[in-house]
Amino acid sequence: MSTPLEDVTALIGVEQYPEEGEFPVEQGYIWTTCASVENGNPLFWDDAVAQEVTGGPIAPPTMVSVWFRPHHWAPGRTTAALPLQVHFDLKANLDLPEAVMTDNTITFYEPVRPGDRLRTHQVLRSVSDQKTTKLGTGRFWVIEVVYTNQRDELVAVESYTGFGYRRDEVQR
Amino acid sequence: MTPRLLLSDVAAGQSLPELRYDVTATTVVLGALASRDWRPMHHDKDFAIERNGTKDIFLNTPNQAAWFERYLTDWTGPHGRLGKVTFTMKGSVFPGDTMVLSGTVTGTEVDEAGCGWAEVAVELAVDGQVKTTCRARVALPTENDDNPWARRADRWQP
Repeated sequence: MSTPLEDVTALIGVEQYPEEGEFPVEQGYIWTTCASVENGNPLFWDDAVAQEVTGGPIAPPTMVSVWFRPHHWAPGRTTAALPLQVHFDLKANLDLPEAVMTDNTITFYEPVRPGDRLRTHQVLRSVSDQKTTKLGTGRFWVIEVVYTNQRDELVAVESYTGFGYRRDEVQR
Repeated sequence: MTPRLLLSDVAAGQSLPELRYDVTATTVVLGALASRDWRPMHHDKDFAIERNGTKDIFLNTPNQAAWFERYLTDWTGPHGRLGKVTFTMKGSVFPGDTMVLSGTVTGTEVDEAGCGWAEVAVELAVDGQVKTTCRARVALPTENDDNPWARRADRWQP
């Protein structure tokens, strides 16, 4: 059974699921990521270049979500943490069992540096009227994931457009 | 350090050098683990086939983002600073694929804060089929002594 739409849209603009990363931003993952794509940008390999250009070492900007993926196992954990929880809440509350992400935009602000402790929260920005696409009938929604550092400086904003739908309502 | 690429070197319609890369299972698994993505469809072929209905394990989204970043900064050099990227996923990239990244400058501007920007459309394709598109807004130095990384607060409007 679905939640009334007004209860869902009441959450538009509300900060949800504040969270701090499980570990500080660290150099090892930066090198592993650069190695995985053969990224030789000296910002990530040469401290002198990093000092001159970026005022010290930084992480590749596109790594921003990496710092929030939970450990595969941790003492005492019984359920897996879900990234982008607001998306799964919308699926459940609107009774839309299927969903796809259609677009993902990341806007970058302050550079992320080794040792930073990043924080995040999620904000529902919009829920559309009912739409029918080739996938099915459902609603589009836009969710923002906001990242800040330990000085409360904005680091990045990720915006996801999702489409939650039911296959059995497809017009054939 | 002198910037490799200035805004004045760039114009709409300009093509970026193509990058070709032969994807292996190691590429996929290394990229998934580097991005702390433990989901089995990125390392377990049986799971990918039986549960996802794909022909093999496939590159995850965060690692594709890292490929796009590498592609763009190979072009700009270290002074290039990503402001915004938008990804649209159209298909999967599998071991055995040769992925080809190509890009075109779609526009340039200097914003009200004096920051130079290039808008770039990048495609990741396999066998001529586009798998992922990326629209990127990248800050470039306007002069040899300009550094986009030095911009903060109101002077950085990505």
